[in-house]
Amino acid sequence: MNKTGLVIQREYLTRVKKKSFLVFTILIPTIIIGFYVGLFAVSMSGNSTREHIAVIDKAGLFDGKDKQVKEFTFHLVPTNQEALIAKQYEHQGYDGYLLIPVNAVDTPSGMHFQRISEAGSGAQNDLNEILAGLISHKRMEAAHIDAQLIRQLTPEVSINATIGTEARQSVSEVARWAGFAAGFLIYFILLIYGTMVMRGVTEEKTTRIAEVIVSSVKPFQLMMGKILGIGAVGLTQFLIWGILLYALQLLLPLAWPALGHSLQNAGPQGAEGYFGMLMHEVAPLNFTFILLCFLFYFLGGYLLFASLFAAVGSSVSDDAQEAQQMVMPITLIIVFSLVLMVKASADPNSSLAVFGSIFPLTSPIVMMGRIPYGIPTIPLWQIATSMILLIGAFFGTTWVSGKIYRTGILLYGKKVTLKEMLRWASKRN
Amino acid sequence: MSSLLEVKHLKKYYATQKAVDDISCSIPDGSIFGLLGPNGAGKTTLLRMITGIFYPDSGQILFDGRPFRPEEDLVHIGYMPEERGLYKKMKIGEQAMYLARLKGLSKAEATERINYWFDRLDMNSWAGKKMEDLSKGMGQKLQFVMTILHNPKLIILDEPFSGLDPVNANLIKDEIYELASKGSTIIFSTHRMEQVEEICDQIILVNRGKKILDGTVAQVKQDFKEHLFHLETAATLTTYSHPSFEVVQKNPKSLVLRIQPGFQSNHVLEYFISTGQIVVCFQEILPTLNDIFIKLVEGTPLSRQFQTTVPQ
Repeated sequence: MNKTGLVIQREYLTRVKKKSFLVFTILIPTIIIGFYVGLFAVSMSGNSTREHIAVIDKAGLFDGKDKQVKEFTFHLVPTNQEALIAKQYEHQGYDGYLLIPVNAVDTPSGMHFQRISEAGSGAQNDLNEILAGLISHKRMEAAHIDAQLIRQLTPEVSINATIGTEARQSVSEVARWAGFAAGFLIYFILLIYGTMVMRGVTEEKTTRIAEVIVSSVKPFQLMMGKILGIGAVGLTQFLIWGILLYALQLLLPLAWPALGHSLQNAGPQGAEGYFGMLMHEVAPLNFTFILLCFLFYFLGGYLLFASLFAAVGSSVSDDAQEAQQMVMPITLIIVFSLVLMVKASADPNSSLAVFGSIFPLTSPIVMMGRIPYGIPTIPLWQIATSMILLIGAFFGTTWVSGKIYRTGILLYGKKVTLKEMLRWASKRN
Repeated sequence: MSSLLEVKHLKKYYATQKAVDDISCSIPDGSIFGLLGPNGAGKTTLLRMITGIFYPDSGQILFDGRPFRPEEDLVHIGYMPEERGLYKKMKIGEQAMYLARLKGLSKAEATERINYWFDRLDMNSWAGKKMEDLSKGMGQKLQFVMTILHNPKLIILDEPFSGLDPVNANLIKDEIYELASKGSTIIFSTHRMEQVEEICDQIILVNRGKKILDGTVAQVKQDFKEHLFHLETAATLTTYSHPSFEVVQKNPKSLVLRIQPGFQSNHVLEYFISTGQIVVCFQEILPTLNDIFIKLVEGTPLSRQFQTTVPQ
C-alpha cells in the first residue's frame, strides 16, 4: 500500500474505532429523532381533551340542538334553569357555562362565558371562532342570504405552475425547504469536519510526531492523507445515518403501534397517511440529482476548506485561543455562505444567490440551497461553472495550503503572522 | 572505507539566519559519527536536509555514492528527532506498526520486527498501552525502537539519551554499538561531550552554521593536545628542573608538566629516572572534547544573532 494510503487508513480507523464515533453517529440522531417523534405524539394527543359546556341559548344560535365542534361539546340547557346552572354547572360535570342573551345576534358582546379554570389561548380562540360562525350564519339568514350557496360559489384556487417544457409541477415550497436543509447540512459538515482536520494537524504538530512522520512521507502526503481519511469518516457517518433513517422509518410503526394509532385517530391523515402526504409533496423533487449534487458539493467543499483548516492547524502553536483567532476568517466565510444560502433557497435566481453559488468559497453551501429547484430554474451553465470553479479552487487552496503546512508543521514555539504564512505560500521549493 | 553519506557545500539560509552555511563532510560506512555544536548551531537544519524534510538552498547530498533521492532513500534512514513525539491516544503496538509500514515494511515484516525489538528491550507489556500511559523515559526508549524498526542503513539520533536513567541509557548505548557492528551507520547529534567521546569514531563540530572541526576523536584530541603530562613518584619530590619541561601544577608526590618544544616525553622520563626517583605513573593528559568544544565555541556569541541574508 502506498504511504498516503497508510495515512488515510490510520486517520480513518483511529476515528471510526473510537467509542465516541459510535455514540455521535448512532446515539445522537436516535435521540434527536426520538425527541421529535415524542413531541409530535404529545402535541397530537393534547388536542383530544374534550370540554363540556352548558349553554343557555336564548337567541337560538344552536337551533335547539346539542353540538360537537372541535374540542367543545355544547349541551343545551332549558332557559328556565339559568339561575341554577350558573351556580351549579361545575357540580353537574360541565367545564364551563355559556349564556347567550336574546339579542346576541345584534350585539355579540352581551354573551357571557364562565368556566372553572383558565383555558389555553387555543381553546378560547376556537370558541370565539365557533360563536362568530354561528352568529354570521344567523345574520345571513336574516338578510336572506343562502350561506350554503355562498360556500358553493367561492372557488378554491391552488395553481400549480408547469415548469419549463417538462410537464413537471412546481416545487417551490418544498424545494425551498429541501435546499435549506441541504445547505445547512453542508454548513455543518464544513465546520465539523474542517475543525476535525485542524485539530488533527495541531495535535501532530504539538506532539512532535509530525517530524518523525515527515522523515518517512512527504508533508503533502501527510496532509492529504489526513484530509481524505477524515473525509471518509464523514462519508461513513452519512452512510450510517442514511441506513438508520431508512430502518427507523420501516420499524417505527412496528415497534410502536400506539403511535401509529394515535396519529390515525388524530386527524384525516394517520401515520401512513402522513408519510404518504409527505411523499406526495416531495415527489416532484429529483432526488437522484439532488443527492449527486449534494455528494459533489460535500466532497468539493470539504476538500477545499479542509486544506485551509489544515494550513491554519499547522501554523498555530499549542494555544487554543490562537487557533480560534487564526481560523476566524475561514469560519466567517462559511457563516457568510450560510446567510447567502438562506436567501438563495427562498429566491434561487436573485443575483446574490447566483453569485454566491458560483464563487467557489461560498458555492458548496449556497448552490445546495438552489439545487432542489431543478435544472431549468437553475441554468445548467451555472451549475457547470460552479462545479468547475470549485474543483479548480480546490487544487489552488490545496497547493497553497500544502506549502504553508510544510513549513508550519515543523516550526515550534513561535506565533505565526498572516504575512509569514503568505510568504511561505509564495516560496518556491 | 567508502562513505554512506556525503555532504558537499550544503547551504540553507532562512530569512534572518544562515542556518547551514557551506558545510561539507563525509560519513564512513558503519561508523558512529558525532555531530556536535552548541544550541542553534544548525545541527537540526542539517539533519532535516539529510532526512529529506528540507531542501537545501544549494549543495549536494550523496547517499550511498549517488545523489540523494528522498522518495527511495528515506526507507534506509531512521530519524529520531530531538523533539520527539508519538500519538498520545494511539496504542503503542499500532503506532509501531504504522511507523514501520510508512517506512515500507510489509505487515508481516513489521510484526516480526516489532516482536523482536519489544522482546529484546523487554517492552512486550506495552503494546496495548497508550502513549499517555508511559513515563518520559519509557517514551524515549519506545521512540528509539521505532527509529530502528525498519533496520535502516543510516540511523540519525538527535540527543538520544536525554531523559533516560543510567540503566536505560546504557541499554540504548549497547544497542547503538550492536547496530554499528552489524553495519549500520549512526549519526549522533548532541552537545553532551562525554557521550561523544565514549561512543563516536568521528566527529564534526558545527558552530553558527559553519563546520569548524572534522576528524576522528583520537585525531582531534591529538590536534588539540597541549603536551601536558601527569607524573607520579613514590617519594615526595623536592627539587627538579630540566629544560625539557615546565611545571604547570605541583603536588607533593605528583606533577603536571608541559613538555617544551624540541623535547619529547622520553627526555622527561630519563631525567626523573636519572635523579633516582621512582616513577609510579607517567601519562599524557589529552584534552577532553568538552575542553576543545568550549575552547572553540567560546568567544563567539552565545546565542546566534539575527542577521539579514541575501537569498540565493
